[in-house]
Amino acid sequence: MAKRIDVSGLSAYYGNHRAIEDISMTVEPRSVTAFIGPSGCGKSTFLRTLNRMHEVTPGGRVEGKVMLDDENLYGAGVDPVAVRRTVGMVFQRPNPFPTMSIYDNVAAGLRLNGSARRKSEIDGIVEKSLKGANLWNEVKDRLNKPGAGLSGGQQQRLCIARAIAVEPQVLLMDEPCSALDPISTLAIEDLIGELKEQFTIVIVTHNMQQAARVSDRTAFFNLAGVGQPGKLIEIDETQRIFSNPSVQATEDYISGRFG
Amino acid sequence: MSHAMTQDAPPAAPLNSLLSHRRMPRWAPAGIAVAAIALGSGIGAVAGLASKLQWCLIALVLFVALTYLITARVEGRRQAKDRVATSLVWACFVVAVVPLYSLLQTTISKGVKVLDGNFLGHSMGGVITTQPGGGVYHAIIGTLEQVALASLIAVPVGLLTAIYLVEYGRGKLAKVVTFFVDVMTGVPSIVAGLFILAFWIIILGFGYSGFAGALALSILMMPVVVRSTEEMLKLVPNELREASLALGVPKWRTIVKVVLPTSIGGILTGVMLAVARIAGETAPVLLLVFGNQLINNDPFNGAQSSLPYYVYEQYTNGNDASFDRAWAAALVLIAFVMILNLVARGIARWKAPKTGR
Repeated sequence: MAKRIDVSGLSAYYGNHRAIEDISMTVEPRSVTAFIGPSGCGKSTFLRTLNRMHEVTPGGRVEGKVMLDDENLYGAGVDPVAVRRTVGMVFQRPNPFPTMSIYDNVAAGLRLNGSARRKSEIDGIVEKSLKGANLWNEVKDRLNKPGAGLSGGQQQRLCIARAIAVEPQVLLMDEPCSALDPISTLAIEDLIGELKEQFTIVIVTHNMQQAARVSDRTAFFNLAGVGQPGKLIEIDETQRIFSNPSVQATEDYISGRFG
Repeated sequence: MSHAMTQDAPPAAPLNSLLSHRRMPRWAPAGIAVAAIALGSGIGAVAGLASKLQWCLIALVLFVALTYLITARVEGRRQAKDRVATSLVWACFVVAVVPLYSLLQTTISKGVKVLDGNFLGHSMGGVITTQPGGGVYHAIIGTLEQVALASLIAVPVGLLTAIYLVEYGRGKLAKVVTFFVDVMTGVPSIVAGLFILAFWIIILGFGYSGFAGALALSILMMPVVVRSTEEMLKLVPNELREASLALGVPKWRTIVKVVLPTSIGGILTGVMLAVARIAGETAPVLLLVFGNQLINNDPFNGAQSSLPYYVYEQYTNGNDASFDRAWAAALVLIAFVMILNLVARGIARWKAPKTGR
């Protein structure tokens, strides 16, 4: 189920502005990789290049290679729609579809993909996904209620359930807890710990304790100055990054001596 | 209890309090309004102004001025400004509502005279225009068919144009399309009518028909549909599009299954407003549908009537029986537009994204 991501020489642009420059890294399967760094350093942009969501932004384009096992996401003839089915994404703000019920939100990926399935099969997947997102017990009696009626933390878990319902290989999370209270954050972090048994997980976070808690490897991004492209400074075992990083800038950032 | 006390009866504030000040009683604005109306009527009567409209204007000005003066004395200058702003809003509201009320009242009182089942169910066939009798059935049929045909043309085109502009349109083409939509919004209905007259009837040689009128009406309707749909689609948060795309849903399905359902209420309201706008158009009907005293159910063949045209036609007849018919038809037209609006609101509420638990 999980795949390795191998990025080499990747730059991303918004129009003529280079947002990130020459990034190369490997994301291990069945593990959690955290991206940390100051605002504007290109963490989110880089994350979005990993499932070709970057090019959805007008003027967005990418140079370089992203290998998913042995397939280049940016190779000729690769369908971005297929890429996004394989690499799922959870966003910063919970964004359940407002017109749909809880059930329909989870089933949305399956139904909208046009993969015709039987009702009983969808029922099973919805239950499995909601259980996987630790939401089943809270919503099982009101699956037909609107998804927008849930609390923020529940909505975010609903979005995670929606993302894992299409059974992706990789799950990208863009600051999934930044809009949530500590209890909901804990719920999501526990969930991340469980999900890494099945998925390759990449998480962007501004919360360094969170990165330290949930991730196996941590990547630190930085930018030389305003308007400069963001760069990968280093990526290593989380424990090493937080105890004994090899680059001074990383240590400065983590210890709070920077920005 | 203390809560209720602070709400109902503000205790006399200590003289040098920082946080509270003397308040006027709750009935003060109403009192001032009554006083202003009494004063305005008094001044009007004494000065011998014939028009009640002038009395009202004097009362309005007095209302705003009195509000300021009294509040400034009792509560202070800042509160006075606040109250003046409030009373101006109320005054403007009244100024806006009075003509609407007057219009409805006139139309209803003059329209109900001959409005009955007979009027709704019969045409003008065999009716002498100076005699009472006859009805609007043929005009209702004409309006329904022409509006339906125009909507059938304009709604799909307008909807797709708006989707193109919001979801796909980049660069030159989108700018050009937006520009032409703006230009079309300003096209007078008589010009649209003349265009179809020249193109459809004179050059292509088709005869007068409801369909020709519908063509002109669709020209008027299209930009309204494009504009309102565009605004509604822009209101759909980008996060929803991204959420759908990130699930591996193709863009067109994202638009059909996520973007459109989210905004369908607003889009329908916009379409209904566009329908209401064209339902009252006379000029294209005058030029292209020609007008007819008889029932013609076929919009593709031969002259038809329509409600606004019928009103115009009866009015130009210039006799009492015709005037009555004109008012009644005007009432039917207003009712038609109002029902459409109510239906649109109903649908918008029914389809609106649900947030309840």
